[in-house]
Amino acid sequence: MSTSTATANSHPGLNLGPSHGEAHEQAETVVFGFWVFLMSDLVTFVMFFATYAISIQATAGGPGNADIVDIASIGMQTGALLISSLLFGIATVTMKHGSTPRRVIGWLLASLVFGLCFLGLEVRDFIDAAEKGAVPMRSGYLSAYWALVGLHGLHVTVGSIMILVVCAQIAIFGFAADVKTRVLRLGLYWHFLDIIWIGIFSIVFLPGILT
Amino acid sequence: MEQFIFGRLGWDDIAIFDVFRDPTASNIVGSSAGWLAVIGGVITLALLLIRGWWKPLLFDWLNTTDHKKIGIMYIVVGLVMFARGVAEGVVMRSQYATAYQGGYLTPDHFSELFSTHGTIMIFFVLMPFLIGFMNLLVPLQIGARDVAFPRLNQISLGFTIVGAMLLMISLVVGQFATGGWTGYPPYTGVAFQPGTGPDYWIWSLGLSGIGSLLTGLNFAVTIYKMRCPGMTFLRMPIFVWTALCTSILLVFALPPLTAVIIMQALDRYLDFHFFTNDLGGNMMNFANLFWMFGHPEVYILILPAFGLYSEFTAIFSGKRIYGYMSLVIATMAIAVLSFTVWLHHFFTMGQSPTINVAFGIATMLIAIPTGVKVYVWIATLWGGRIRMRTPIIYLAGFIFYFSVGGYTGILLANPTINFTVHNSQFVVAHFHNVLLPGTLFAVLASIYVWFPKFFGFRLDERWSAATAWLFIIGFTFAFMPLYIVGLMGMPRRSPAFDDPAYVPYMIVTMGGALCVLTALGCLIGTFVVSARRREALAVPGGDPWDGRTLEWATPAPVPAWNYAFIPQVHGPDAFAAEKAHGTAYAIDCPSYEDIELSPTSWIGLTIIVFGTALGFAMVFWIWWLAILSALAILIHAIGLGFLRDKEEIVPAQVVEATERAWLDGARQGPLTDRRDEVTSQNRGYAARIPEA
Amino acid sequence: MSDRDKRARDLRMYFIGFAAAVALTALSFLTAILQPFGPAGVFAALSILAFAQVLVHFRYFLHIDLSRQKREDLHLILFTGLIIAIMAAGTIWILGNLMMRMM
Repeated sequence: MSTSTATANSHPGLNLGPSHGEAHEQAETVVFGFWVFLMSDLVTFVMFFATYAISIQATAGGPGNADIVDIASIGMQTGALLISSLLFGIATVTMKHGSTPRRVIGWLLASLVFGLCFLGLEVRDFIDAAEKGAVPMRSGYLSAYWALVGLHGLHVTVGSIMILVVCAQIAIFGFAADVKTRVLRLGLYWHFLDIIWIGIFSIVFLPGILT
Repeated sequence: MEQFIFGRLGWDDIAIFDVFRDPTASNIVGSSAGWLAVIGGVITLALLLIRGWWKPLLFDWLNTTDHKKIGIMYIVVGLVMFARGVAEGVVMRSQYATAYQGGYLTPDHFSELFSTHGTIMIFFVLMPFLIGFMNLLVPLQIGARDVAFPRLNQISLGFTIVGAMLLMISLVVGQFATGGWTGYPPYTGVAFQPGTGPDYWIWSLGLSGIGSLLTGLNFAVTIYKMRCPGMTFLRMPIFVWTALCTSILLVFALPPLTAVIIMQALDRYLDFHFFTNDLGGNMMNFANLFWMFGHPEVYILILPAFGLYSEFTAIFSGKRIYGYMSLVIATMAIAVLSFTVWLHHFFTMGQSPTINVAFGIATMLIAIPTGVKVYVWIATLWGGRIRMRTPIIYLAGFIFYFSVGGYTGILLANPTINFTVHNSQFVVAHFHNVLLPGTLFAVLASIYVWFPKFFGFRLDERWSAATAWLFIIGFTFAFMPLYIVGLMGMPRRSPAFDDPAYVPYMIVTMGGALCVLTALGCLIGTFVVSARRREALAVPGGDPWDGRTLEWATPAPVPAWNYAFIPQVHGPDAFAAEKAHGTAYAIDCPSYEDIELSPTSWIGLTIIVFGTALGFAMVFWIWWLAILSALAILIHAIGLGFLRDKEEIVPAQVVEATERAWLDGARQGPLTDRRDEVTSQNRGYAARIPEA
Repeated sequence: MSDRDKRARDLRMYFIGFAAAVALTALSFLTAILQPFGPAGVFAALSILAFAQVLVHFRYFLHIDLSRQKREDLHLILFTGLIIAIMAAGTIWILGNLMMRMM
């Protein structure tokens, strides 16, 4: 089978390399499969982006884009996501180069902390918006806004839970082959959410502060 | 408290009691269907318990991750739902036969019938059939032992069954949607349908959609990464190509459905305003998003069928497929173009003519690759030594009627014509005209062709042929008249009509529907008769039709490990080439090795049980049950990462014994003359083993 | 190359990516806050910056490049790009047109 011919770079994303043996061979198939899932998920997001784009004027007299953007908070959220991504990257690199499970878990948890910072700020923004009467039941625009930003938030929440799950797996099984490929996939997921976030701040938030 | 435990579920929702409350004709029909489902369920359960069949069901089938068994289960689900779908079709036709200024069904009941009929036929008949065949054939045809992610495959099946279960439950408890299979809001919104109908629609489609998406992912990866040595892309059988394109369509076309269902659910459950009439909702976006999924879906339904036709046309013409490259290119062209035409489902929504023309042209473009395919099949038949078996009967019906369907498709692709015939019976005739001969006939023919491969005996030729003729004739009378009444102006989805001129046509279509019902009975009869005669029909050699691709180079039924050795391929139509060169069965085997099977799993059953509970609970607002069910699924899914799989090893001796028995058969067994193909002479050996 | 060097090289990827992403994000935010160009210019600038940042993330975090071994995956991503372009552009075209005609 073609999996036996795994080369140094057998799949997109960080490759463990042939020295990781079984994990690297498995990764070719599972990571490719995970990419297919990510691309499918991207299309789901695009549907929500497109719906948002056509709903901008559907405010029905309620709060609009400019009324709910707190640019400082968005800046901090972006920063938190980027730092979290960087830390996750460091975790995968150290795992690849033979760090101890304990240290890798440390990096992962550090990444999780910034992810949770992001979520905290986002929830605070949602509560602020709700207090201003910008609830999703108010208008088509706000429905699209809450659904798009909320969907991303939901993904980050799922990712955060999965970081805990993966940490537990590393603690129990050490760097078993399937645990290692799971870390790789979770890393892709985590970085992928950044890309969605670029779309969100460029399409949803920044245009909101234009005069 | 009662509200907490039962949500909005009350005694009035038990639809099978309607007949006692108010015994009108409409209620009698509706409740009888519900009672049939209940009685069928009880009988099945009783048989499972009394005969002890629950044990093999649980431990051989529901926990297996073997792609062949999963494929068979998909097809069984499809057949069960097919019976219901056909029955509903017959009831609707009987309504039309009496519908001149009346009819015996209430409008609401009629709407529910066409909504469930469409939903069932598309999502729970044709898709399970085709995904079932993908499961059965793709790993074998690319020389693999299983799909890339066997457990994920079981999860997909689980979600499909959940959707089908919810539809069956909707017969007994509550009511299904009356908004058609497309479920357009605002009619399906809370304001107009506060009941359970659209919620059933949301959860059965939403949950089964997850399964389809995962299937697409699984097969895309399988075909990309699991091909055996030498199986380059351009040596893959056509069916694998169509399966690949279908998988890609599933991966990219299901997300719009997921998105639109999430939005509709938010509208209905949390009072969002995506598609409502008021507060900035835009129901036109529903049509837009839905058909972004819906049109590729049409090709999800037809491309694998094209693949199946290509495979058995070559087999029963006794020659290789004509124009392999052009078929591959045409398949890919259709797959890509299918993403560019969704607007032709709503030409009349009010957008500018420029947009309509653009999408009209894109639609007509699809006729080119499709036409190429029809010519390819004709050219394959041309000059071949055609054997008039059942599949060729279906093929003949297909080529003729599919061309008719294609031409009417081009008519409908023209926005100006579309304006005059949209929402008429003409459209009903058109899509039945492409989906029945296109997909259903392909599936029925393929059941005939590949049944012996997986069960070890052929289907009875006379019963199969009779089934084929009955389906073709029934189809003709049930749907061809609809073109005419459509042009006369009869609307679709209308429970009654006022023009007496339609009456004769409606009586003819009623006759056609009864003929289709007979054909369904005949299909069931085929299985019964063949099972009784299975000794005479046995084909242990596994190659009853002188097949061309790798899957025929295995015993029948195919052993759990598929291949004792991963095959090495040197060209297209690998097995046919081997037989031509006299090297078939010449397996050079120094020593057999232990084979590791994909481990069993219970996640599929968890999804079936708790997924159904989740959907049901959400429909009836039983929040505690919904939360518990969702948690059960999540915990099991996360738990999979913590459980180490128990490896299931087939010892080398077992593999060797099976393989030797098969090869000995090839050495001694009578070689089948193609003229004796449908007699008991056929033991499934088309070529003798070369003397060592 | 020793394992230490390889590790440093792998890490450098992430640091470069992080620095570039931070810089591009900052530029985006500054563009929106200061609005140095007209409305059309701002939107164009935001789109270009966002696109550039997406490329940076793909290159340095997700390690997608043009090397031969990764072609299959690049095809996957480009095909996805095509599909989402069709779907997003189509939606905006159709629904925008409908909105205009209902004014």
